[in-house]
Amino acid sequence: MNILVCITHVPDTTSKIQFTDNNTKFDSTGVQFIIGPYDDYALARAVELRDQTGGKLTVLNVGLAESDPTLRKALAIGADEAIRVNSEPKDSFFVAKQIAHYAKEGGYDLILMGRESIDFNGGMVHGMVGELLGMPSFSPVMKLDVEGTTVKMAREIEGGKEMLEASLPLIAGCQEPIAEWKIPNMRGIMSARTKPLNVVNPVTDETQAVATQYQLPPAKGAVKLVDKDHVEELVKLLKNEAKVL
Amino acid sequence: MSILVYIEHAEGKVKKTSLEAVSFANALSAKTGEGDVVALALGTIGQDELAAVGKAGASKVLHASDDRLTAGVIQAHASAVAQAFEKVGAKTVVLAKSSLGDAVAARLAIKINAALVSNVVELPDTSAGYKVKRSIFTGKAFAETEVTTENKILAIKKNAVDLKADGSDAAVESFEVSLADSDFASKITATERATGEVLLPEADIVVSGGRGLKGPENWGMIEDLAKTLGAATGCSKPVSDIGWRPHHEHVGQTGVKVAPSLYIAIGISGAIQHLAGVNSSKCIVVINKDPEAPFFKAADYGIVGDAFEVVPKLNEALKAEL
Repeated sequence: MNILVCITHVPDTTSKIQFTDNNTKFDSTGVQFIIGPYDDYALARAVELRDQTGGKLTVLNVGLAESDPTLRKALAIGADEAIRVNSEPKDSFFVAKQIAHYAKEGGYDLILMGRESIDFNGGMVHGMVGELLGMPSFSPVMKLDVEGTTVKMAREIEGGKEMLEASLPLIAGCQEPIAEWKIPNMRGIMSARTKPLNVVNPVTDETQAVATQYQLPPAKGAVKLVDKDHVEELVKLLKNEAKVL
Repeated sequence: MSILVYIEHAEGKVKKTSLEAVSFANALSAKTGEGDVVALALGTIGQDELAAVGKAGASKVLHASDDRLTAGVIQAHASAVAQAFEKVGAKTVVLAKSSLGDAVAARLAIKINAALVSNVVELPDTSAGYKVKRSIFTGKAFAETEVTTENKILAIKKNAVDLKADGSDAAVESFEVSLADSDFASKITATERATGEVLLPEADIVVSGGRGLKGPENWGMIEDLAKTLGAATGCSKPVSDIGWRPHHEHVGQTGVKVAPSLYIAIGISGAIQHLAGVNSSKCIVVINKDPEAPFFKAADYGIVGDAFEVVPKLNEALKAEL
């Protein structure tokens, strides 16, 4: 089975979010970039599936050269080869178009990615790629097993989950607990250096919804502390001041 | 021309978040003059419940009653919405952000050649072009997004708009959808849903517990407090990781993002990943015995004290007041 995993190159979850150039650009000063946490789950499950069934595991990122270390990390975790579409990921539609093109070229049986990127939180690329390729798409998928050409999944819904069955090929946006994150070992890191990382050109420039200006939420005022022996004070504040009861 | 709203329902009730989407569309139409608001409901649901969608601001509800659509089959729903879009001659689709809504909207965007903007927090600015403010970085920032397509899909974040309740009943019209077998190529074989409880992503009040509660056997007081408040229960990531609580209760960066009016955090230190899931709450109360817990910096109100002592007292005080 040939698997494609699409990964994002995003600021670490503990990063302080700031903007620069008159709030038109993300400020990456001092920020560490990682494989998107949801993508990392997708990758971990893909490595397990590849090890079970054989075949090839390819990772893909739409990004500039700064994504290369992130792709190398994915190779160290267990991917066989990497593709980088050499462009800024301008919007979800743009990214979906690139993925759909290279996914079609590769003829993959299974395409996995995170349920959403943790920077723009769109959560739409998997569905767009699915529609572009005429493949079913599912998200957020928290369990995925392949038996022959049948795929059994659990998809999270509000307050629970639903069990699904579908056939390959398909696309899934993944989240925990689909697999445990894998930490690259020394052998993986060494072999990642020589695995292929192919840089390819974007196939279209088309965009639909580009972010042009950023804003931080207003600063929070200081916390109002209530004495632990007078909890009724808190009830009064919630009722009369915050008006949330 | 009309604005189309895709509405979801569960257990015979239209979801509150979908009603918010209807109210959002109503306000949007008042601003852009896009005509009336037409809601689309798929699958088996009562006619009275659908007529009541009018109160939130819809003038008409299209109802495709094909029972195969009652379950949220993503492909089939996307096809159905695309057909309704065509029928009413809409340029804009509005829906509530949700597990199903997100999955359907992404496919729909390609089908109807529309830009999809997700996590929308307020009405678009149409003074020059079409700019939509959305929440990004899991609530840690906002982005103004310039939409350049004629057709648009807006996925609304909870609490983006006040729910309208003064409209009159909507006319319910049956709607024939033509669906191919391929739309049902995937099968939903079972659904597990916590019943009779307030659902976390849609709750107006959330009570969450963390590792400070020491074990799953101590969740009784969290549930009691939630019951008093009519709240949903949530938990921190470590708590769901060690299996004290189910995964669908995990609030945070990689779990459920909530946006209630009131969020009460008990025995949760307030790691940045947890805060990312709650920072859209209107009011945050933190109860923690450690005065240095970082959560206090993100809170509106706080009590420094032992949860086992404070929570039962708070529950009693609330019962007396409510």
